Amino acid sequence: MSTEIKTIKRTIIMRKEEVTDVPIIQVENLSKIFGKNAKKATKYLDEGLSKEEILEKTGNTVGVNRASFDVEAGEIFVIMGLSGSGKSTLVRLINRLIDPTEGSVYIDGEDLAQMDGKNLRNVRREKLSMVFQRFGLFPHRTVLENAEFGLEVQGIDKNERQEKAKKSLEMVGLGGYIHQFPGQLSGGMQQRVGLARALANDPEVLLMDEAFSALDPLIRKEMQDELLELQESMKKTILFITHDLDEALRIGDRIALMKDGRIVQIGTPEEILVNPANDYVEKFVEDVDRSKVLNAEHIMKRPETVNIEKHGPRAALERMRKEGLSSIYVTDTKRNLHGYVVAEDVSDAAKQEKKDLKEILKTDVPKVNTQTPMQEIFDLIHDAPVPVAVVEDGKLKGIIVRGAVIAALAGSEVNLNGIDS
Amino acid sequence: MELIPKLPVADWIDAATDWTTETFEFLFDFIKNDFGDFIEIVAEDWLMGIPIWLFIIVVGVLAFFVSGKKLGLTAFSVIGLWFIANQELWEELMNTFTLVIFASLISVIIGVPFGIWMAKSKVVEKILTPILDFMQTMPAFVYLIPAVAFFSIGMVPGVFASVIFATPPTVRFTNLGIRQVSHELIEASDSFGTTGTQKLFKVQLPMAKKTIMAGINQTVMLALSMVVIASMIGAKGLGQTVITGLQRAEVGTGFVAGLGIVILAIIIDRFTQNLNTQRGEQ
Repeated sequence: MSTEIKTIKRTIIMRKEEVTDVPIIQVENLSKIFGKNAKKATKYLDEGLSKEEILEKTGNTVGVNRASFDVEAGEIFVIMGLSGSGKSTLVRLINRLIDPTEGSVYIDGEDLAQMDGKNLRNVRREKLSMVFQRFGLFPHRTVLENAEFGLEVQGIDKNERQEKAKKSLEMVGLGGYIHQFPGQLSGGMQQRVGLARALANDPEVLLMDEAFSALDPLIRKEMQDELLELQESMKKTILFITHDLDEALRIGDRIALMKDGRIVQIGTPEEILVNPANDYVEKFVEDVDRSKVLNAEHIMKRPETVNIEKHGPRAALERMRKEGLSSIYVTDTKRNLHGYVVAEDVSDAAKQEKKDLKEILKTDVPKVNTQTPMQEIFDLIHDAPVPVAVVEDGKLKGIIVRGAVIAALAGSEVNLNGIDS
Repeated sequence: MELIPKLPVADWIDAATDWTTETFEFLFDFIKNDFGDFIEIVAEDWLMGIPIWLFIIVVGVLAFFVSGKKLGLTAFSVIGLWFIANQELWEELMNTFTLVIFASLISVIIGVPFGIWMAKSKVVEKILTPILDFMQTMPAFVYLIPAVAFFSIGMVPGVFASVIFATPPTVRFTNLGIRQVSHELIEASDSFGTTGTQKLFKVQLPMAKKTIMAGINQTVMLALSMVVIASMIGAKGLGQTVITGLQRAEVGTGFVAGLGIVILAIIIDRFTQNLNTQRGEQ
């Protein structure tokens, strides 16, 4: 099983590499220790001391502990953790609102940690935009003036910047509110202004610090949907910070889980759910509604089949008896699915000395593909007389039995690779 | 106690004052003569040149609009000014007004940059805070002494003493206003790549405006109270009439002039307060 996981990971990496060669953000060994003599405390990080131990020894607080990860162009990378896990510090290290104690942040290959003020400002103006938890809008500026702030700072001509700001506001559905002040808008609308302000700059990277956490649940979901919709057309790189696992699973292409300043696991939502790296992650994902995240591939198992080209009823009966099955799927040598046969028919055919399975073959196969979400499998499996077949390009990839669905919902072992061995 | 003889602190300060007076004589003379002349031109040629009725109407109209088209301030301003004119204290009023304007302007011009500096640097804040405490707690009369030493008597030392006495609130409130701007807004500004100057003028000062204006209001009020005290060293104005009343034990004269100061104070206070509205406020 483990080799197969590696294969999957490799294919993920390969797929990403097709997009660009260099990741847009590279974070290497990034650490932040708050307090006096922070540099001295880094040696305790080397020794692997915990956050509490370092606090006791030196009085310094570890914000971020040796974080390393890459963010590829065009992906939504979620950093998730509970409060105090260092996620907000981490995002501020990336645009250097907080100076790192150690380590590097490369944006397009340039190390931000080593940059002088002027270059840093230019990177912030052109490549990175940030959206804040409490919106961070300027109350003395109108919606339009807020949206054009980033462009104004760059010294862009008034007409041009207002044009861009208006476009950006229209994108988030606030075209009609440009002359209002932020104080006159609801929370959800204020955060749209925050988003429009960040997008007006046309940055490469969007840093979103708990951007939707201050909104009530319905509005939050609406904003998540809108962000995903916008992302379809914008294809920005988004670094999204959240403490809400459902949100992370919903919008993240990949998720980094943080605890006590350390990144404990990085992976796709499926990988995190299915293969929690340790007890902490496992506890974390315990309560997640798995049916939203898992799909057919994760719960299918290796099918028992008979080969229509080689096997007759007698062989099929033998195989079914051995495995204790009441039905079996029929494929050919290339694993193309032909249908299934049931024990009764096979037994009759064997008695009548028939040579071929074709006559008793049933073709009303309940079929799904590998990416069908688990939610959709529920209904199908309830009415199906036989296990559900997982088919791709006409080939049988696996089968799903009722028990597997229930087991997956209960959070027990699921296959990441799809077929257990 | 006998071990340490009385320290000649007063002598030291006298010496320091003498030294300053002599060393900067050219500067003090320049200020005393040219600036003094300018103050008198403003008071006597400009302000007193305006017909009283016209002045009262202009103030009334301004009051109407400044107060948001309410009649209270307008009526008070018109009646109050008419009363002062009626008591034949118009020239004194104009002199006091001129002194207040000059002292306040100079205080603000000095105070706001110091307040900004203080907000930007913790070290500066630590140094300036006790100095500001000192300036505000020292009895105001004491400032009259070096003022006379530097500029002899008249309007100029009056402005000088008033500026020392009235500047601290502007410095303090500017510092406070800038420091009160929320951390997230500063981060928002920084995250868009603002320079220090851009951040100051586009975010910090506009956000701190209300607090700074409250400080300026305090400065103007303090300047007004000091201008009266400055009459003791020959600054012309309503204060002089008060002191005349005091010296001749004429309660009526003193009271009427005092009333004039109160009227002026209320008008200036309401004007500056009404100007203090923040954009985007609900």
